[in-house]
Amino acid sequence: MPTSPSERPAPYDLAVIGAGPAGLAAAVTAAELGLRCVLLDAGPRPGGQYYRHPAPGLGAAHPERLHHGWSAFTGLTGRLAASTVTHLTEHHVWTAEQGDTWRLHATVGAGSTGSAVVEAKAVLLATGAYERQLPFPGWTLPGVVTAGGAQAMLKAGLVLPGRRIVVAGSGPLLLAAASSLVSAGAGVPAVVEAGNYLGYARGLGTLAANPAKLVEGAGHGARLLRGKVRLRRSSAVVEAHGTDRVTGVTVARLDAEWRPVPGTERRIDCDALAVGHGLLPQIELATELGAETVLTADRTVALKVDDGLRTSLPGLWAAGETCGVGGADLAIAEGELAARVIAGAPVPTALRRRRDRRRAFAGLMAAAHRPGPGWTDWLRPDTDVCRCEEVSVAAVREAVEELGATDSRTVKLLTRAGMGWCQGRMCGPAVACLSGSSELRPDSRPLSCPVPLAQLADGS
Amino acid sequence: MRRTPAELVGARPEPGHTIDFDGRPIPALPGQTIAAALWAEGILAWRTTRVNGRPRGAFCGIGACYDCLATVNGQASQRTCLLPAEPGTTVTTQEGHGRADLAV
Repeated sequence: MPTSPSERPAPYDLAVIGAGPAGLAAAVTAAELGLRCVLLDAGPRPGGQYYRHPAPGLGAAHPERLHHGWSAFTGLTGRLAASTVTHLTEHHVWTAEQGDTWRLHATVGAGSTGSAVVEAKAVLLATGAYERQLPFPGWTLPGVVTAGGAQAMLKAGLVLPGRRIVVAGSGPLLLAAASSLVSAGAGVPAVVEAGNYLGYARGLGTLAANPAKLVEGAGHGARLLRGKVRLRRSSAVVEAHGTDRVTGVTVARLDAEWRPVPGTERRIDCDALAVGHGLLPQIELATELGAETVLTADRTVALKVDDGLRTSLPGLWAAGETCGVGGADLAIAEGELAARVIAGAPVPTALRRRRDRRRAFAGLMAAAHRPGPGWTDWLRPDTDVCRCEEVSVAAVREAVEELGATDSRTVKLLTRAGMGWCQGRMCGPAVACLSGSSELRPDSRPLSCPVPLAQLADGS
Repeated sequence: MRRTPAELVGARPEPGHTIDFDGRPIPALPGQTIAAALWAEGILAWRTTRVNGRPRGAFCGIGACYDCLATVNGQASQRTCLLPAEPGTTVTTQEGHGRADLAV
């Protein structure tokens, strides 16, 4: 509903977008320092993806059993309840407008049926990340789900995609996902990790400075041992089998460049596969406005920030995964740090050190799980790259090799890859790789989610 | 004996209800999404694709991939991983774009 200027409420001092670890920490810190703060989040409950938890109606007495660091979350939600923060749930911000004050446009409700405009003097982007996918034959079969998706459905809905679930891809999320699935009663015949974990050995000093991370890893490892889960390093699922749902996978050894080694294939029966290759920062609200970016060690694009977590745009801060994926502890530290800077409060040395140590660990982790260029060898001409528009490897290669495309955008225009509902979130990294573009740029997404036309027309 | 996710977290849900999936009653618990209720029944696909007619269901589980679209209460292309399975919800397997009624 349009509002005349005289009726318009005073802008908030700070709008925080995203109520995950970074956004929660930022909002409560800012409010405790006296700022009028609004927290907008797409979800129905605070926590983001990491602290996703069952709805009250499911009556979970022990949600912490599906979580690491649950007490940090309950600490934050306790502070949120006691604070002056205005928490707007099911508000998905689809664009941010710069002016004298920021204007954030959001769809409202799980079905995006409502709309809202929120004004604030400063904005903190804490929109987290989503999973990176690399396609392989059979990856569109029902029963093939993302590792984070299996986690999300389990944490919030208390459900599993199958009874015998292979976990595959690369990155620390795989161990966490496998550990949760085993705890919840699933059989996990194998965790298939494309990296070799030797990358961590190059950063012994960083590891020693982050003992909590070692304890966390050891906890997952112990649960996996008890669940008789086999970790296959330097290996990948190179095909998922089945006609209408997955019935098994083929796993092959990889060389150092992630090229499948012929003759090493073996089949594992399963009724589900949870797969992912690390996380991608969700930053389009900022990059659409021209915010500067950096390339992380695992070749993802993150927002460039200074010591005070300021982006290159005046009045826009970022914290957590949007500055490069590094996990919940880092996100909480950065949320608090950014809020202190925005409020003009001093940053305690201990907080800055904690943040710097976790940031260093994030860099080590990213380098250890960086995808090798050889993964494209497991593709077949008829493998779909773009799930939405059903664009095959053959079509993308034709656009590159015969029609002269040299970047994702041209491939998209020629083939429709990346033009569907998900706006290239699932196929983006693969298309960029197949198009041979050496320079990684942020994906262009003028609207960060689908918006009903009536809301767009009303948005001015 | 294997335990279930509900046993792991000591869940004591409020009374359940049913939703309708292609004419079949599916049990659902308060607060579960449509996709979660379908997974709990072992149903993994509730859409066929526009080009090749291939089955699809939930993939990312967080509203980012749009693979879990279905026709919900007559409205096409709804994300079932986000929408709650409320009592009386009607879910229909979506064929293609789900707007065959608009065909000319």
